[in-house]
Amino acid sequence: MNFDLPEELKVIREATRKFAEKELIPISQHMEETKVMPAEIIAKLKELGYFGIVTPVEYGGMGLSNVGHCVIQEELARANLAFCLLISGNNGIGSMGILYFGNEAQKQKYLPRMATGELLSCFALTEPNAGSDAAAIQMKAEKKGDQYILNGMKHFITRADISDVFTVIAVTDKAKRQKGGFSAFIVEKDAPGFKIGKLQDSMGSDILHQCEMIFEDCEVPAENLLGQEGDGWKAAMRVLEEGRLGQGARSCGMARRLIDLCVDHANTRVQFGKPIAANQAIQWMLADMAVELYAMQCMTYDAAWRLDQGDRTQARASKVKLFCTEAIGRIADRAVQIFGGMGYMREAPIESIYREARALRIYEGTSEIQRLIISRDVLNK
Amino acid sequence: MKIVVCLKQTPDTEATIKLTADKQGIEEQNIKWVMNPYDEYAVEQALRLKEKHGGETVVVCMGPDRVTEAMRTALAMGMDKGVHLKDDAFAHSDATGTAKALAAAIKPLSPDLILCGRQAIDWDMAQVPAILAELLDMPQVTVVAKMEMGADGKSAVCNRRIEGGEEVVEVKFPAVLTCDKGLNEPRYASLPGIMKAKKKEIKPLGLAESGLSANDVGKASSKVQILEYLPLPERPPGKVFKEQETPDMVKQVVKLLREEAKII
Ligand SMILES: Cc1cc2nc3c(=O)[nH]c(=O)nc-3n(C[C@H](O)[C@H](O)[C@H](O)COP(=O)(O)OP(=O)(O)OC[C@H]3O[C@@H](n4cnc5c(N)ncnc54)[C@H](O)[C@@H]3O)c2cc1C
Repeated sequence: MNFDLPEELKVIREATRKFAEKELIPISQHMEETKVMPAEIIAKLKELGYFGIVTPVEYGGMGLSNVGHCVIQEELARANLAFCLLISGNNGIGSMGILYFGNEAQKQKYLPRMATGELLSCFALTEPNAGSDAAAIQMKAEKKGDQYILNGMKHFITRADISDVFTVIAVTDKAKRQKGGFSAFIVEKDAPGFKIGKLQDSMGSDILHQCEMIFEDCEVPAENLLGQEGDGWKAAMRVLEEGRLGQGARSCGMARRLIDLCVDHANTRVQFGKPIAANQAIQWMLADMAVELYAMQCMTYDAAWRLDQGDRTQARASKVKLFCTEAIGRIADRAVQIFGGMGYMREAPIESIYREARALRIYEGTSEIQRLIISRDVLNK
Repeated sequence: MKIVVCLKQTPDTEATIKLTADKQGIEEQNIKWVMNPYDEYAVEQALRLKEKHGGETVVVCMGPDRVTEAMRTALAMGMDKGVHLKDDAFAHSDATGTAKALAAAIKPLSPDLILCGRQAIDWDMAQVPAILAELLDMPQVTVVAKMEMGADGKSAVCNRRIEGGEEVVEVKFPAVLTCDKGLNEPRYASLPGIMKAKKKEIKPLGLAESGLSANDVGKASSKVQILEYLPLPERPPGKVFKEQETPDMVKQVVKLLREEAKII
């Protein structure tokens, strides 16, 4: 058994870590204050290839494995989750539908330009009346001549305001619902009848926004249908499954940052004449954080490696998503405690991670939905 | 133009160094290894010269298997190929032994220019490039902070840092230059660069192929004998003044800064 990363991924980890330490971590706190990611940094991420991590080589990407994708997400999330969110459309939910269900012409048209970051993308499934119960979506798509006409609304869609291309799930056959009644479409931002609704302010950093998307007789060329009519549910489930491991890797990165910050703080903050790290109460919190990080990393990379071998069984991705996103919640909570009042203040980089971590238990399937998937798998044995 | 860069893999500047129990070395197990930071300037300089004047860039490195990670990083930044001096016989070479091994690998390449970092950040001796230049009978310019190629393409004007100023030196190729901070801003290895580097050649070169004998290198040849390594002394606790009048305390602090710390 060998748990070491292959050399190529070690080089990638080192290169990403170095870039993060020199360029990303130093601006992270400023980004939290201004809620803006500097354009030069986005340009650098493009130039260095971070928008095409998993896109196959024949479409201009790096074609990296799931393990490789996790390595990069962990390093970027360590600097700031927003960097992961920025690239996550093109490396995941925004491009996977095209990759797995698109025809050759669609792949050629979009994937190479997504891999370079020229086009940004996102994935739109959730609606006001369809969250965990995504099969309750109401957005309609009706075929008229060589077009589909889309009517309805999506909300909570990450990056929609800055994206050029959306993968949108809509109802094409009301009777069949998710059993062949949903279809997936590629919608471009300037499609007639489409507009962004409000930007939905959140308790998170809001460096990237969740948005409402409004479709009023929105015209989409029929050639933008992904796969066959009725493939929409399959496409959505596949896309979401791929993303779950990423939530594990991101949680690992955020946990590492918090632990580093806490160790520094515990060693330097003096109360009652000694560093607070001299108290067992603080030591035990740090020990618990270290144990959880270790478990998170083991699970994430084991599941990623198995997925790379083609093994998608045992609801592993759901287990990773559930455990890691709940563990980072506990870790962030302890980090606030170790920092005391400063952990609660905007001037230290703890509270923003605490707020951002809270969302991980909700999107791409809540903790409850992951437990549902896992328990179904356990009971079906 | 053919440019060779000599590269060393060193512990990361942030790594916590612990000595082995026998005090004969450092514990290598949990150390993060990186390309010697000064060597990054050498790699960057080689790449800029190639981009402007064409040619080939080769990275040469001596060390155990793990050093290929640093070599791959150099290839990912854009170097063309690598030569890896790899043999148990090379282990524990002193600066002369190391320079001999590097010279043996470099000579057949007949480079126009050899670039090194100004020193490796682990042993900080800055000897290898100087000995290498002697062995290859080339002129050397150390601690280069600025470099301008001559119009003939066969020489360069270099500014080197010296105490209190800079010295401007003209040097004819082939030559050995050691690179200092400020010479350039090293690029990051990009993901496409890393993928391309996977296919680039790293040629292993053992003792036999190098044409050297076991007496030339390694512990056997070493003129430096390491008796033992000592950890850095613990930092003495800071002095704290309190419960006196502020002007009095300031006077005492200034006195100590001047007389004991000798920094003002
Ligand atoms: C920051 C953020 C970014 C997002 N980005 C995107 C995006 O890019 N694209 C996109 O399509 N969507 C996105 N979403 C939407 C996200 O996927 C949904 O919010 C999520 O699936 C939950 O749906 P909901 O908010 O409607 O909550 P609800 O489904 O209303 O859930 C409310 C509560 O009920 C629980 N619950 C519901 N059903 C069950 C059940 N059967 N058993 C037990 N408990 C249950 C839930 O677990 C939760 O605790 C984003 C959300 C957030 C917060």
